[in-house]
Amino acid sequence: MRNGQNGATVPTVAFRNVTKRFGEVVAANGLELEIRSGEFLSFLGPSGCGKTTALRMIAGFEQPSEGDVLIDGTRVNELPAYRRPVNMVFQSYALFPHLNVARNVAYGLLQRSPRPPRTEIDRRVAAMLDLVQLRGFENRRIWEMSGGQQQRVALARALINEPKVLLLDEPLAALDRKLRRDMQIELQNLQRRVGITFILVTHDQEEALSMSDRVCIMRDGGIVQQGTPADLYDRPVNRYVADFVGKSNFFAGTVLTARGGGAVIELDGGGTVTAGRTGEGLSLLPGDAVSVAVRPEQIVLARREDALPAGGAATISARVQNRIFLGEHIEYLLRSETLGEFLTLAPRRSELTERPFEAGEAVFAAFSTEAALVLGSE
Amino acid sequence: MAAAAVERGGKGVTALLVGPAATFFLLLLVLPLAVVVLYSFGERAPAGGYAPAFTFENYLNLASRGQAFLNTLMMAPVGTLLCAVVAYPMAYYLAVKASPRWRTLLLVLIIVPFWTSQLLRIYAWLLILGSKGVPAYLEMIGIEGVRLVNTRFAVLVGMVYGYLPLMIFPIYVSLERLDKRLLEASADLGANPARTFWQVTLPVSLPGVATGSLLVFILLMGEFIIPALLGGGKVFFIGNALVDLFLQSRNWPFGAAVAVSMVLVMLASIVAYMRFVLSRGGMRQQPLV
Repeated sequence: MRNGQNGATVPTVAFRNVTKRFGEVVAANGLELEIRSGEFLSFLGPSGCGKTTALRMIAGFEQPSEGDVLIDGTRVNELPAYRRPVNMVFQSYALFPHLNVARNVAYGLLQRSPRPPRTEIDRRVAAMLDLVQLRGFENRRIWEMSGGQQQRVALARALINEPKVLLLDEPLAALDRKLRRDMQIELQNLQRRVGITFILVTHDQEEALSMSDRVCIMRDGGIVQQGTPADLYDRPVNRYVADFVGKSNFFAGTVLTARGGGAVIELDGGGTVTAGRTGEGLSLLPGDAVSVAVRPEQIVLARREDALPAGGAATISARVQNRIFLGEHIEYLLRSETLGEFLTLAPRRSELTERPFEAGEAVFAAFSTEAALVLGSE
Repeated sequence: MAAAAVERGGKGVTALLVGPAATFFLLLLVLPLAVVVLYSFGERAPAGGYAPAFTFENYLNLASRGQAFLNTLMMAPVGTLLCAVVAYPMAYYLAVKASPRWRTLLLVLIIVPFWTSQLLRIYAWLLILGSKGVPAYLEMIGIEGVRLVNTRFAVLVGMVYGYLPLMIFPIYVSLERLDKRLLEASADLGANPARTFWQVTLPVSLPGVATGSLLVFILLMGEFIIPALLGGGKVFFIGNALVDLFLQSRNWPFGAAVAVSMVLVMLASIVAYMRFVLSRGGMRQQPLV
């Protein structure tokens, strides 16, 4: 096996054309993926998209129907879970109810043969509990711990084994919002400190985007798009990704002319848009049905048309339907006669200097050509 | 005041609800037990039965029935243990291995024999273990002179057979409720299936074993049909001694003393057992490694 040093690195985990079927259901469909050492990668998608199956195939709880799963360059398809150098944090932690915190954490070390000396086990359990800030809880029973504490016991129980990969199956789903935020930061810090490859499964886009180096958006057992969180947000390849990662407005239209990366689109509702960007891998021909995606924060609102910045892709006259106060932002739901409903998001300025728009008020909306991204109509 | 009336009404309802059960226990449990305790200090009437007196004679005489106590106190725990050992794999198969389609059928099959009377079922074992049963077949393959009936072995077989379902069901329930993800977690942490069984499945299902054991143990302590039929008068239990004292020799006071002693021994065993289970069953902290 080659490693590190000369840059010729073997991926820590690799999927080679992996398909998994449960009877008629295809849970993973020709997965191709390489995960680098030390990377924080997320599988993001709705339930039933195959993300958990992918994770369970790495853990060894499921075997691929076709293709190979590799860990450190070695095929592990038939390797049982208890022989794999990976550990998992389960969705509701699956802590052992008959053991106290210290024995839960020590469990992995106690399975080794030869079993490490007792002093070493004690020392490493103590170090792990330090890491997750649970010193002094050694003798607590699991049911005496809060959700957040149980979560940290589960992390310590997995990390003490110094796995090559830590698998996290919706680890934050059972926590309340505030705690979830804290744990996101804690997990990210932890990953940097221990330097272990983390693979996270989640349906929560915020969780995936805020923590990961790379995100795989999944759908129907396949990876729709993978990239850095910023990549996915700025350059979604299709409507599914644009919709799943952040919010997006979609305006249906037809291609009039296409040149370079951009295109002029005739909107179904009337009027044209000059879009500056086209989704990756999409080649446009005049007459193609497409969607123009525009992020809400890219749309500027004004009371008078001449107050809008010049050189926009389109100017839309609309009426404010609804105003949603989000603290530092205000979200407006607008309705245009021609384009239907769309959302905008604006930083909230002091009401002394700028009066917010009221429901029912007539406004003008505009966005730049760069903000308009042409995607397939599906 | 209205509140006070409601309060009084509430107490009335409580009394109404508790009343029947309290009366039941008072009339059918506490009172008879008090009578038994009272009798145990009395004398045998010349024609049998009870004559008032206050003597410890009956308790001092207990040693004469020592063998029955010894038999019961030896064989009830052994029978309970054997029952658990036989029941656990069956319950495990039902809860973990059997497909849901078969599970219900198998569970019903376990219960079906218990629709017939215990007397008949134990009689059946008398035929199986009797000279025309298993020993006859053993003779055919050259093993001669095997006697099974009227031995401790026969009594143990009857005890395990008779009370198996009471052991299977609590264990089955505890295994069925076992969170399968705990087993995955154990495998994930490096334990092979055998170690996972010893370190997770068995300890987590111990409460079921404890419940079953308690049920079976209590019933075995009072057992008398099985030793009477399969022990052939050679293996005597306290229950047999009681039948004998009350119905044959009509020495009620002595019988009462034996009965009171049995209740005390049983209470002591159960308390000791519960303490043991609670300390072992993981309700308390255990040292590392």
